[in-house]
Amino acid sequence: MKEIANKKSGLKTATQLMRKQIFIPIAALLILVLFNLIADPSFFQINYAKNSAGDPVLSGYLITILDNASELAILAIGMTLVTAASGGQDISVGAAIAISGSVVLRVLCGDNPRPEEMQASILTAFLVSCLVSMLFGAFNGTLVAYFNIQPMIATLILYTAGRSIAAWINNNRLPIISDPVFGYFGTFIPGIPIPTPIFIAAACMIIIALVLKFTTLGLYTQAVGINPNSAKLNGINPQLIKFITYVIMGLCVAVAGFIKVTRFSTINYSVVAADIEMDAILAVALGGNALSGGRFSMVSSILGAYVIQFLTTTLFKFNVSSSALPAYKAIVVIVLVIISAPTVREKLSKFWKRIQTSRIRKEAA
Amino acid sequence: MASEKNKGEVKMKKLLLSLLVMLLAVTTVFAGGAAEAAEEDGGLIRVGIINNDPNESGYRTANDNDMKAMFTEENGYDASFFYSLRNDEQIAAAQNFIQNEVDYLLISAAGTAGWDSVLQDAQNAGIYVILFDRTIDADESLYVASIVSDMALEGETAVNWLASQGLDEYNIIHIQGVMGSAAQIGRTGALDEMVAANDNWNLVTQQTAEWNAETAQQIVQSVIDAGTPFNVIYAENDDMARGAVAALDRANISHGVDGDVIIMGFDTNKWALEELLAGRWNYDGQCNPFQAAYIDEIIKNLEQGIQPTEKVIYLEERGFDAATITAEDVEKYGI
Repeated sequence: MKEIANKKSGLKTATQLMRKQIFIPIAALLILVLFNLIADPSFFQINYAKNSAGDPVLSGYLITILDNASELAILAIGMTLVTAASGGQDISVGAAIAISGSVVLRVLCGDNPRPEEMQASILTAFLVSCLVSMLFGAFNGTLVAYFNIQPMIATLILYTAGRSIAAWINNNRLPIISDPVFGYFGTFIPGIPIPTPIFIAAACMIIIALVLKFTTLGLYTQAVGINPNSAKLNGINPQLIKFITYVIMGLCVAVAGFIKVTRFSTINYSVVAADIEMDAILAVALGGNALSGGRFSMVSSILGAYVIQFLTTTLFKFNVSSSALPAYKAIVVIVLVIISAPTVREKLSKFWKRIQTSRIRKEAA
Repeated sequence: MASEKNKGEVKMKKLLLSLLVMLLAVTTVFAGGAAEAAEEDGGLIRVGIINNDPNESGYRTANDNDMKAMFTEENGYDASFFYSLRNDEQIAAAQNFIQNEVDYLLISAAGTAGWDSVLQDAQNAGIYVILFDRTIDADESLYVASIVSDMALEGETAVNWLASQGLDEYNIIHIQGVMGSAAQIGRTGALDEMVAANDNWNLVTQQTAEWNAETAQQIVQSVIDAGTPFNVIYAENDDMARGAVAALDRANISHGVDGDVIIMGFDTNKWALEELLAGRWNYDGQCNPFQAAYIDEIIKNLEQGIQPTEKVIYLEERGFDAATITAEDVEKYGI
């Protein structure tokens, strides 16, 4: 009897875990880890050595994953909020990154694309780019919240025009910053062996965690996403909440754009952060969040971002040929998205429950 | 609730209306510009130039600047420009130029298909068509000349240079551009042939970074982390070579002249040639964006009734070696 009770509680936790949103990205991560562990355990090796400037750096696949997923993880934060509140996605983030990166360089370079000295402090440049990005976010937010335009259509405007705007900001030139301090933000700070973008991403996560814990943003966002009318009856202004999420998205874009330009101390308007909007949306989907809005799990989305980079790095490691790479990625993504869809998850956990109960019944008999 | 919705609708309508007005204003401005172009004609040769968006790349910016510098009134031209990355918009613009009776139509097509009928119209109207930078899938008789880069030759020049370095073994990281683009096909082809023909040439990896420096960095980082030895990086453009070099610097692997790894790039960006001059890279292949002088020569000849001797004219393109490059080269060829 006791045994059955134990099994029942075990089953309960298993079903609960499966029902939990975070189960999917964690499972995907575990599958990737297991796959790499079996194929080549050296995947998880981390080396400590000096770089060509003589500073100590950590390297290895895991570091590459953590480093390169930073921008995506930051964007996933904004994309999750936008998705939850407005039930649609911002497809302009790649182009907006080009703009914010271009603004950073413009402020630092002034009129000379190859300055000997920076014309302003890095902090000023960053703050200006935050402001500009939030303005563009506000533009998207206004179209979505106050003009009731479908988010994908509203952000299509910036998606189309963004990279040209980015080029205009710098008069079509490609500035290069020679001051090594600027590069510290996208690479390493001398003496600290962990890539700086990892710290920046971590800081963003901590901030959003605090915001969600100590303010009503999360609650209001979900309320608006589930039913804007009833949210309104409860005294929440749905338009304002939607608007705010797009401004927050703008802030995330500015941080991600800053990392992007500091990685190489320059920019290429047409390829910087190309297709990153799709990966950011994918991260939200992999996190098991409904793309039609409503309830969300921030942790799951962020984990989803790391899953995507893990997958990319794994494919590079296994030297998948160029022409086949998108196909492999597509297959994995299809499988992950299907199992992470709320309806499928519900069915799976029901199925699991049925198997378990029938087994327990059999054993009891 | 209902009034709220109505308000929203009214707002929406207002927005649409204002958008429409803006659109109209823009079209009138464009139409006005075209009409103006038709009016003035003081013995100038009238050319309509259809190009891709100058923001597309450093190459395109240099190309556009070159065209603008050549087709000026001082040089005897009355030029109108149209930019788009979309084939259908370009074709519509070509139609417009034909109606405005330009003397020459210069086209760098966004796509290769769909041009036959508009080129036929041009021919019927007695307008000479000259293609630059990109070819079109149309009958040769529909244009007088096409001035293009020979991407396959660019690849060959680079690979021959690499072969002349006389390494005992070539272990190459090959970073490709966007798959299917003319530059990628040409630059990949020559290397693939060489690797297939020689036992001491090996591809450590062959991956596309889609012209993206960051992806290139990740590809090279992946090879370093796996511990596979290599001594050549063949990147199909400068940005990707830069990404590759960033990964090498992170792992403290020496590169360039007298380094352990040979770095090769393409497109002769000015900053890339500076890397060459500093000895941090070894080779950079040119993709010549300066077609205006060739076009000018053809037009001047046609004005005197001399047809060009060949339909397809290949641009002269060089490869730069870190050992021989000079500061003047950087100034002259850097884009």
